[in-house]
This record gives sequence, structure tokens and C-alpha cells, in this order.
Amino acid sequence: MGNIFSGIFGRLWGINKEIRILILGLDGAGKTTILYKLQMGEVVKTKPTIGFNVETLTYKNISINMWDLGGQTSIRPYWRCYYANTAAVIFVVDSTDKERMDIAQKELHMMLKEEELLDSALLVFANKQDQMGALSAAEVSKSLNLVDLKDRSWSIVASSAVKGEGLTEGLDWLIDVIKEEQL
Amino acid sequence: MSTHTYKKFEDLDSGALPDKMTVYQECLQAFNASPVQAKRCRLLLSRLLRLLYCGESFPTAESTTLFFSISKLFQHNDYSLRQLVYVAIKELSAVSDDVLMVTSSIMKDIQNGEIIYKPNAIRALARVLDGTTIHAAERIMKNSIVDKNQSVSSAALVSSYHLLPVAKDVVRRWTNETQESISDSKSFPSQQFLTHEYYGANKLPLSTYTYQYHALGLLYHLRNHDKMALMKMIQQLSTNSPLKNSLAIVQLIRYIGRIIEEDSGLTQTLFPLLASWLRHKSDMVELEAAKTILSLPGLTGEQHLQAINTLQVLLSVPRTVTRFAAVRILNRTAMKNPEKIVVCNVELESLINDSNRSISTYAITTLLKTGNSDNVDRLIKTISGFMDDISDEFKIIVIEAVRTLSLKFPEKHQSMLSFLNDVLRDEGGFSFKNAIIEAIFDIIKFVPESRESALETLCEFIEDCEFTELAVRVLHLLGTEGPKTPNPTLYIRHIYNRVVLENSIVRSSAVIALSKFALLGDESISKSIKILLTRCLSDVDDEVRDRAALSLKLLSSKDIEEAKVYLAPSVKYSLPILEQKLALYVSGDKDTFSTPFDISSIPTITEEEAKAYEYKEKTAADTEEIASPGKEDKEDDSQNEVFKQNLLHQQYSQELASIPEIAAYGTLLHSSAVVDLTEKETEFVVTAVKHIFEDHLVIQYNVNNTLTDIQLDDVTIVSQPDAEDVFVEEFIIPIEVLKPQAEAAIYVSFSRAEGIEPGVFVNTLSYTSKDVDPATLEPAEGDVGFPDEYQIEELQVSPGDYITPAFVGNFTHVWDELPNEQSAVYNLKDVTSIEESVSGLIKSLSMMPMESSEIVSSSSHHTLKLYGKSLGGARVATVIRLASTAKGFMMKVQVKSDDEIVSESVANNVV
Repeated sequence: MGNIFSGIFGRLWGINKEIRILILGLDGAGKTTILYKLQMGEVVKTKPTIGFNVETLTYKNISINMWDLGGQTSIRPYWRCYYANTAAVIFVVDSTDKERMDIAQKELHMMLKEEELLDSALLVFANKQDQMGALSAAEVSKSLNLVDLKDRSWSIVASSAVKGEGLTEGLDWLIDVIKEEQL
Repeated sequence: MSTHTYKKFEDLDSGALPDKMTVYQECLQAFNASPVQAKRCRLLLSRLLRLLYCGESFPTAESTTLFFSISKLFQHNDYSLRQLVYVAIKELSAVSDDVLMVTSSIMKDIQNGEIIYKPNAIRALARVLDGTTIHAAERIMKNSIVDKNQSVSSAALVSSYHLLPVAKDVVRRWTNETQESISDSKSFPSQQFLTHEYYGANKLPLSTYTYQYHALGLLYHLRNHDKMALMKMIQQLSTNSPLKNSLAIVQLIRYIGRIIEEDSGLTQTLFPLLASWLRHKSDMVELEAAKTILSLPGLTGEQHLQAINTLQVLLSVPRTVTRFAAVRILNRTAMKNPEKIVVCNVELESLINDSNRSISTYAITTLLKTGNSDNVDRLIKTISGFMDDISDEFKIIVIEAVRTLSLKFPEKHQSMLSFLNDVLRDEGGFSFKNAIIEAIFDIIKFVPESRESALETLCEFIEDCEFTELAVRVLHLLGTEGPKTPNPTLYIRHIYNRVVLENSIVRSSAVIALSKFALLGDESISKSIKILLTRCLSDVDDEVRDRAALSLKLLSSKDIEEAKVYLAPSVKYSLPILEQKLALYVSGDKDTFSTPFDISSIPTITEEEAKAYEYKEKTAADTEEIASPGKEDKEDDSQNEVFKQNLLHQQYSQELASIPEIAAYGTLLHSSAVVDLTEKETEFVVTAVKHIFEDHLVIQYNVNNTLTDIQLDDVTIVSQPDAEDVFVEEFIIPIEVLKPQAEAAIYVSFSRAEGIEPGVFVNTLSYTSKDVDPATLEPAEGDVGFPDEYQIEELQVSPGDYITPAFVGNFTHVWDELPNEQSAVYNLKDVTSIEESVSGLIKSLSMMPMESSEIVSSSSHHTLKLYGKSLGGARVATVIRLASTAKGFMMKVQVKSDDEIVSESVANNVV
């Protein structure tokens, strides 16, 4: 019973609706750092994620289940097990890692072809902007062939998880899109 | 909940399992829902777990899907849900390969999670980690091991134990942490159970110290390759008694026992420790200490007595389990050293009426074993009053005990027999009656004086016996033993009655038994037997008729000796080998049938040899089992001793016959037991077996290369006898190549002088060693290696190698009869106890102890009587008197034998 009421009230005031967001990307892109920066506002010391981290955060009256999946080659095949009911994907790219931009591009496009993700919005973080030699958001966008994406709301934001730059902007955009399209 | 939603399978008593696929579907639905409903998920998880615990399983694809949906529950922070998730992950980890996906989440819980599910998380982590991911978890595991919360620490320690097979080298790096937590003081978190409904915070102990037990177990595994480290650990754990947990102390006592078993030199160093635990507030510890002390052979009688005194006190405590454990240990001890526990007799007798039947039965059998010639009669009387109250299984145990006792005290056979006779009349099942019959058979076999009265008992028994099998056995025995009695005709009537009254199986065995009486040579008996047998010719059963006809035919021949060979053969074939050979023959193809089965290839056993083995088996089976507790298979081993001996002999002869040079020596007469020539831990382990042939001695050296990266070429043994004129080396068969971790044999052959010649061989192992590539196990090309030598221990050839154990019913009689007495006196210096030297002598002389003289009852003097047969067939009897003196032990050896050389050789080379 409680669920029914909270559901009704939740709809009235627009709170307590849970949405799922996945954070994906190659290993070492900064996914875990972004997750905890968003959740706690702190930069935590991370180790390569074997598996996933999941945290719940409330942002603009919306409760978000944020899943940060490990990016190592051995773990990437398991991403698809978590695609169901996903409102949005945050794809994190290490802007300094020019050699693997191609792999990132392939992984991204392969993932977006999945049926379960057809309605999900996409936010790309061109991360590690604080480091020397980082590609700009436009350059990353080009390497990832983002312009090819049709029928999907997407955006790319330059970010630095360590400094906290760009994260809220990106998330703001994402929440707006989700509210508009899915709620 | 309304009755509609009440599900039948949630009723535990119904025993019905929920439908697998329904549960599967419901789980997927609930676990993937958003938001997650913790309570419903918990319910579904417990349903799923119940399925798994009942042995249900899911196909891999389903398990994987289930696992991923369960992993989604990590988004919910409900404590109880999280705990169940961990339990489920542990169960699924065995079937699903993808468990590594939860590694990070678990590690996060261990680092920052709630105390309540931390232990669960640690246990799940151990199942999830593999050789590559364990490094990531090393830091957390170390921290958890030293955690101040005992639940966390215990979970981490036990998990480390489970990780040993995954990555032993990694876990080994946690030794210091483990060491630290043994002596650390940890407790439950003070807040955790404050509101628990059964234990308030004030009812719960602060700490149970169970982590000490876990830490000790892990530490032992991390160190058991290193004796010094283990000794240090024991030393640390026994000063200032840091161990508060009884389980931990019990475990430590077991480890100490194990160390002493491997290195008996440490016995006296470690004894004070064990003795200090004989007075402890926990029964468990006292029992374990006593048990270990009593199982150690190298301790003195006084030291054993301390342990027995502890057990004596424990016999009268109110706790049933403790009483049971104590009486059980005493029972074990009684098998070997009954005289030691006589001090407990008063307590044991009061336990006869214990309300717990297991305790009372143990008490009785123990008492029976402690029985000495003075109190046996009284004990037997006590049990007779008691037999009606106990069940068949217990009765059998009692019968077994009486049987052993009657072998030990042959002079008391009368009261034993009358006891057995009484119980034989009682109601009882087959196995009970069988035990009694076995006991009577043994008494007849080994106590010749009892024969007549025992046979009489058996005759009465078969008059009214409902078990065909037993009747057949008794008839067979009557057939073999009856003719030897002064009044054989007595039994003929009993046997013939069977022919008239019984079923065909019993009738046919009665026919054979009858015919044996005709072999006595008494004309009148033979005549009546023939008349009886002729009547059997008209029996309705053809087996009975056949046997009667065969017997009549044999008996009517002139040559009574020939009939004897068939009707009452003096030698038996070794049945296990006969069976094996026949099975082999039958399973062969057509060609094998073109040649008849060769019965002469089956080794025969004379009656005396068979008796010796049997006697040894029956009296020694128990003691061997005690000597090495923990090796449960021991008992089975000794049961099959004859079989094993024969098989081994067979195997040796086959191996040796395959070498042409040795095959020419004729048949193998005797093979010794395996002798160690090196320590077991050395790089090359060498053992030796001495094979005696008519004129030759072949020493088989088994060389085991335990190294993984060295190959040995041209391995040979330089064996130098001290008496070069007695043993002349003929040839050596070396090992050409001995691969890493392989074993092979070198044969060194000597021609030997006639008679019983002892000797000492000095042995040197020589070889060329080459490094090998561990991958291919091949040495590098062109590697010539370097030659090396390796001195190994001497090998002694003693008179025992020329003697086989044998049994006689009446040792004193044989002793008086034998000529050629020789005697010698020895001073023993290196011996610590009479017991030790007695068991050493029995082994080295390879003779059979007679009149229970292997049991040492006094620490100051003892007489050992031994009997055997030399390979030449001469009887050898030995009486050895041992006495302790100020300087050590004196030993006087008297030997008598049919063969003068044998007596002399044995007397002069006992040590």
C-alpha cells in the first residue's frame, strides 16, 4: 500500500522517481572518480574496478541509480547485462588517450546498437581536460563520430573529474532531456 | 495475509519444494524492478536458496542470468537484503563463471560497509576471487584479519583458508597478520546485539575467542612445511597461555601430536606442554591432551599414568558426552596396554550400570580387556547378568572382547566357553550367533586344551540351528578337528544326524565331514563311515550323492594317503590369489583355454603359517589401529594382512622373474619389509627390500627422485658387505635415466653362503645429475652433467630375514622338545623402555610372539617368547629375558631350533 501512495505523491511532486544511468567507457577513463565526485563531492582514490560500483544520488528531486561499470577488456562483455531499463548512458573518454580513441569509438557505437538502449539518452564526457595535451570536446566528438548518431538525444561536455569541472553541466543537460522525454 | 495468497510450499513441514521455474521468473522480475522492493526480494532469495540447498540446480545460462539480476540488488542498502545477497552469491559462485563482476562491490562493502554484513561480504569475496583478482583484495584481507571485531576477523581467517588452493603464495604473505590475531584480544562490537531478542547486550559474552581457533588453523597450514616455524609457534602459544579458546587448544594439541608422530625425538621436549593441559577448566582440552599422550609410544608409564588419572576423574562427571569420550579413550588404551588402566577399574565398574548404553558397553569391554587371570571369572559373571539388557550390536562387541580375552588367557578357557555356551542358547540374529561361533572357533584353534568341550558345545548348537551357513561352518570344523580328538566316534553321530534331518546344503557338508573320520585308519570306524556314506548315495539331492560317491571312491582305494590329499589336505591355497588368477584365466581369450590352469602357480600356505597370520591379525588388529590414530584405513589393512603379504610376495616374484639373470636363481623364498635408507625429506629417497633366494641375496633399492628440475643418469649403488667371503657381488642392474619426480629400482645381486648369515652393507648412491627444463623435463642438449655421490645409511641383513613367523598352540611343549640350545647375553644401551625393545625384537627377528608375551606389564623385567620357521623349514623358538639395570637393559637370549646353525646364528645376531 505504501508503495502506491508514495508512487502517487511521487508523481505529483516529481520526486522519488528512480532512474537508472550507466557510466561506461574504457578502463582508466575516470568513470569511478566521476561517480564519487557526483555522489560525495570528493575525489576518492580509486583502483581499477573489477565489476561495478552502484550508488544512489538525488539530483534535482530525482533519485538516480548510477551504475559505474568497469572498463577493462575482460569486463566490457558484461556491460550488456546491465542495459535493461536504462534512462541514459554517460560515456567517459580519456581525452589524452589518443591511441585508444578508435577503440572507444567502436565500443560506443556497438553499445548504442543494442535494442535495450535505443531510447536512452547519451552524454559523453571528454574527461581529463586538466591534463596537458587533452583533445578538446569538438575533437573528441569527431574521433567518436558522434554526428553519425541519429534519433537519439546526445551531448558532449568537456570535463575534469578531479577539478569537478563540467560534471554538473553535463548532468543538468541529461536530467532535462530525461524529464522531457521519459517522465 | 489472506488464505488465498498462502502458498503451500512455504509451509516447512509439507516438504514440497517451490517450483524451480516459477521462482526463477519471479526472481528475475523482482530483482530487475525499479525501485527494488527489499522485503519481497528477501523472500524470493530465501526461496531460491532453499531450492539450491535441497540440491536443485539451474543450467549455466539461467544461473548466469540469475546472478546478474542478483548483482543488481547491490543498489539497495537494506542490511538484511545485502546479507542474503551474499549468501546467494556464495551459492551461485560455483556454477556461474561471471562472479568476478561483483568483486568491486563486495570490496567496497568490506571497506566502508556496515559492520553487520561485513563478515558475509568477506566470505563471499573468498568465493569470487581468483588467482588474478586476489592481488586487488590483498590489502582488505590483511586489514580484516587484524580487525578488532572478532566476527570480521574470523570471517577473514576462514576465507583465507579457503583461498589457499587459489593462491597459496599470496595467502602466505598474510602470515604476520594471522600470527598477530592469534594473540590479539578481539571482541564483538558493543552495539551490535544490544537489541537482540534473546541476548541482551549484557547476556552476550564479550568475546568467544573463536578467531584464535581459526587463526591457528590457518597458521598451521601456512607453516606446516617448516618444522622450526611450527615449533616456534607452539612455544609462543604455550607460554603465558594466550589461547583462551578450547577449540584452539584442542587443535594445538593435535598439531603437537602430529609433530611428535613425525619426529619422535621431540616427545620428551613437548610432553610437559601436553601434561599441563591435563588440568584445564575445559573437559574437551583435558580429553584431547589425555588422548594424545596415550597414543604417543615414546612416553614412560608414569607419564601415561598422568593422563589416565585425568580420565579417571572424567569418568565420574555428570556430563554424558565427557564420560563417553573418556571411557572410549580408555577402551582404546586397553587394547594395547590393559594393565595401565587397572587403576580405573572401580570407576569403570560403576559405569556398567550407566543409563547410557554406549557408555556401559564400552565400560564392560574395557573391563574385559583389563581382565587378568584373577578377575576374569568375576567379570564374565558380571556380564552374564547384563547380556539380556543390551541389543545385538552391543552383544557382538562384548563377544568380540571375550574372544580377545580368551586368546590372551588360554588357561581361562573354561569359564569363557561356558559363557559363550550360555549366550549361544539365547535368542539372537545371525550376526550375533556368527560372532559367538567365530569366538568358539578361535578358542578351538588357538587353545588346544579346550577342543573337546568346545566341540561338544558346537555339536549341541547344530542340533537346533536355524542358520544354514553356520551349520555348514560348524560341520566343516567338526570334520577337521573331530578326528584329532581321543574319542572321534562321539561326533560321527552328531554329524550323521544332520544328514538325516537337514536341508541339502547342510547334508552335503556333513557328508564331507563324515568321510574325514574314515581317514583315521581305524578299521571299524572306516567301515561304519562307509555304510553311512552308502546310505547317502540314495539322497534326493545330486550334490549330496556326488560327494558321497566321490568320498566312497577315494576311501575304497588302497592308498589312504592319496585319499587324504583330497579329503583333508594339509596345505591350503592362498584364496585371494587363486581367485585373482582364476578371474584372469576366465577373462582371457580362447588361446588361454588351450593350456590348462596351472594350480602350482598359486602359493600354498601350510596350516601353521595360516594360523600365525590369523593369530597376529586377531590380536594385533586392535593395537595397530591405536598406534596411529587418524589413519582410519589402518584397520582394513591389518584385516587383509595375509592377502597383502601374499600379493606383495607375488608382485616381487613377478618383478624379479622378469629379469633374466635373477629368474635363473629359482623361486623367491622370502622378501623383507621395506627399509628406509634415507630420511623421508631428502632430495633422493632410497628404500630397500631384501630378497632371499636359495643361494643368492638380491637387494632391491628403490630410488625416488623428489626434485622437479634435476634428472639423474646412470644411477647405481655401491654396496659393500662387511663379510666379503659370505656375500659375493655378482652384478648390478642400474637405473639408466631417472626423470624428475620418478621412482625406479636398482637391483644388486650377491651369491650367499648357506645357512643364516647376517651382514651389514655400506651403501653409496652414485649418479650423474643434469638440470632439466621444467617445461619439457628434458635436459639441455649436450649437457654432460656432473657426477656425484651420496652416502646413504647401512642396510642390515639380520637372522629375521631368513625366518617367517609361525604359530604353535603350546609353546612350552615345543620349547622342551626342540634341541640345539644356544644362548647369548646382551647389554642394550640405546633403548629407553622394555616395550620399545620388545616391539623392535619382534620386528627384527620376524617371529611370532607367543603366549601374549608381546604385552609388557612391568617396566623392570619381561620375558618374550617367539616362534617361527627358517626358510629351510627348521622350527625356531626363542625366549628372551629383558631386565633393567643401572646401566641400561640386560637381555638374555635363548634359542632352540631343529637346525644347529640356525640357533647359533639367531642367538649371536639378535641385535
